Amino acid sequence: MTVSYLDHAATTPVRPEVVEAMVEVMSGPAGNPSGSHAAARAAMRRLDAARSAFAEVVGAHPNEVVFTGGGSEADNLAIRGVLGRSAPDRPAVCSALEHHAVLEPVEVSGGRTVAVTADGRIDLADLERVLDAVHPSVVSTMLVNNETGLVQPLDEVAQIVRDRHPDAVVHTDAVQALRWLDVATRTAVADLVSYAGHKFGGPAGVGALVVRNGVELDPIVRGGGQEQGRRSGTQNVAGIVGMSVAATLAAAERDAIVARVSGLRIRLVEGLRSRLDGWSETGSGERVAGMAHLCIDGVTAEPLLLLLEQGGVLASAASSCSSGAMHPSHVLAAMGYDRTRASGSLRLSIGPTTTEADIDRAVQVVPDAVERIRAAA
Amino acid sequence: MSRLLVAMSGGVDSSVAAALAVEAGHQVTGVTLKLWGGESDSGCCSVSDVEDARRVAHQLGIDHHVFNFGEDFERHVVDPFVDAWANGTTPNPCVECNRHIKFDLLLRRADLLGFETIATGHHARLVEHAGERRLARGADAAKDQSYVLHMLGAEQRARLELPVGHLTKAEVRAEAERFGFDTAAKPDSQDVCFIHSDGGKAKFLGDRIPLRSGRIVDTEGTELGTVERVQLVTIGQRKGLDLGGGQGRRYVVDTDPSTDTVVVGDRAALLRAEQPVEAWQWVVDPDLVGGELAAQVSAHGGPRAVASIEADRVVWAESEQRVAPGQAIVGYDGDTVVGWGLAA
Repeated sequence: MTVSYLDHAATTPVRPEVVEAMVEVMSGPAGNPSGSHAAARAAMRRLDAARSAFAEVVGAHPNEVVFTGGGSEADNLAIRGVLGRSAPDRPAVCSALEHHAVLEPVEVSGGRTVAVTADGRIDLADLERVLDAVHPSVVSTMLVNNETGLVQPLDEVAQIVRDRHPDAVVHTDAVQALRWLDVATRTAVADLVSYAGHKFGGPAGVGALVVRNGVELDPIVRGGGQEQGRRSGTQNVAGIVGMSVAATLAAAERDAIVARVSGLRIRLVEGLRSRLDGWSETGSGERVAGMAHLCIDGVTAEPLLLLLEQGGVLASAASSCSSGAMHPSHVLAAMGYDRTRASGSLRLSIGPTTTEADIDRAVQVVPDAVERIRAAA
Repeated sequence: MSRLLVAMSGGVDSSVAAALAVEAGHQVTGVTLKLWGGESDSGCCSVSDVEDARRVAHQLGIDHHVFNFGEDFERHVVDPFVDAWANGTTPNPCVECNRHIKFDLLLRRADLLGFETIATGHHARLVEHAGERRLARGADAAKDQSYVLHMLGAEQRARLELPVGHLTKAEVRAEAERFGFDTAAKPDSQDVCFIHSDGGKAKFLGDRIPLRSGRIVDTEGTELGTVERVQLVTIGQRKGLDLGGGQGRRYVVDTDPSTDTVVVGDRAALLRAEQPVEAWQWVVDPDLVGGELAAQVSAHGGPRAVASIEADRVVWAESEQRVAPGQAIVGYDGDTVVGWGLAA
């Protein structure tokens, strides 16, 4: 049976151009970019080219791009790196709907979280209250939430931070944004910006943190001093080249992809509306084109996802822990959803490879599965 | 063959159960139940156990899922466990887990997903008798788990497979070696899966309910001393009561939770000709029960000879030690489970 992959927010198919570029690097001569001989210099040339290309997509100077081992590492470097350079009485602050890669470093260090509105955005009034109470070292708000796809008011957040604490660092996790939004413009107000290669057609295990000139960070991985001392360890040249190719393609094709995927999303939501009762879209306002997040009455995500899989539709709920067991979403909890309502969450995320047939299958399979679970209850 | 859902804890028994089900030609899917998020080192449910289960499933070439039944486990197993101790009765958490989680929730989930049958790694057997499947003791008397499965009704027994019930534990480990499982030498799970061995039951309960001290009296009512954590004292208990020296072995023969009193006496004071039970239930037709009637009163206890069983009591063949209220009493005809009740 063919399957309809509607989980592009979890990870994306690696683009053939990316595979080709990575294979070329990996099958070529060995060369550590930190070395001095010809092969090392060749590797460094590839790395520099990839860095420049990536920097252009994200609106940064090449020297501002720190390559990491993924988005979570970039988030950790942002929060822990700033905290490492700050006085102990200056906590980290983030919204309650951040990815755990931000939330945990903030919470473990005794930082503060900012409330979320019922429509799924950071509560700016609460941010003002928090920033009146503490003098933060770093304030973090993601650009696009990974569960709901809702775009966060980063410009307003940055303004509030600058007005009160001009010396605080503004970080944004833009991991879910690069495919859908002009990140060069949208993240211009942030001092630190996180990316992950596998969310836009690149490989997993590669990410980047943009560190604007003048922002000081302590490294969290120490060693040979690569990436200007901000992230030691021999660079994953093939992965970085792959991510850079993917980013360049994503930026070049962004408008066309957004237009096409928006159409698919409308087809999905309207199709479901005509065939299924008792559900609503989560939150409201600007949402990235590829994300549909529903809360469905009378079901729990765990059996729903398995029934969808039996019908050939691969999707996910909110988030899952490493053991694979479902856990209630902290994002929905922050939005004020009770456990029962949150447990019926379904994330259908669309990408450039999604077809109308995939959408039509979901429109068929989702209501069937929901009715089956409701009938069994 | 049927679509079969195997509950895999990551331990050796359920790993071999899954492997034998695959060998028997069933279309097998593995599932690990995430039941307890708190601290524990004695049972299952840790992340590494889930990974053990998944690795075995992959080795067998079968699909593996994780179902999070944590909230249901808390509601149906952990909360009643705490309430029972708080009220001076002795709970059966493994029994309640089987009743509410494995053979209700999991079975219903299996229905929903189109699995006809479920399997577990319990040491017990299902034997055909007079047109129905009866639950019988496992081949390894020391590992027999039929006691904790006593509540299975006819429909549940019809939809269950127990692939390791005919094997001894040593044979199960040998099978695990044959299949090349790295869980072959994994130690058996111990005691209550959600309680950490550091601190044990006393700490677990002490964190959740106020444990009071109580007084100890003899059967004449003479005060003998005091006891910490009176709710944790169970009938038949001998250790842990500081009664000074002298008077020979003394046992807890009664407890009164309403006055926090523990009554101690000699062994004779603990013996009863019959044991009152709450609503005895036959799981097979009582007219078909004959032969050697026996009853087991704890998961690891031996069988006691029974003279007769009535709706509200079990009459022992010879006087037996009193059973703590709340404990399950399971009736056997030879090796076969025929009914059960709770000690009153």
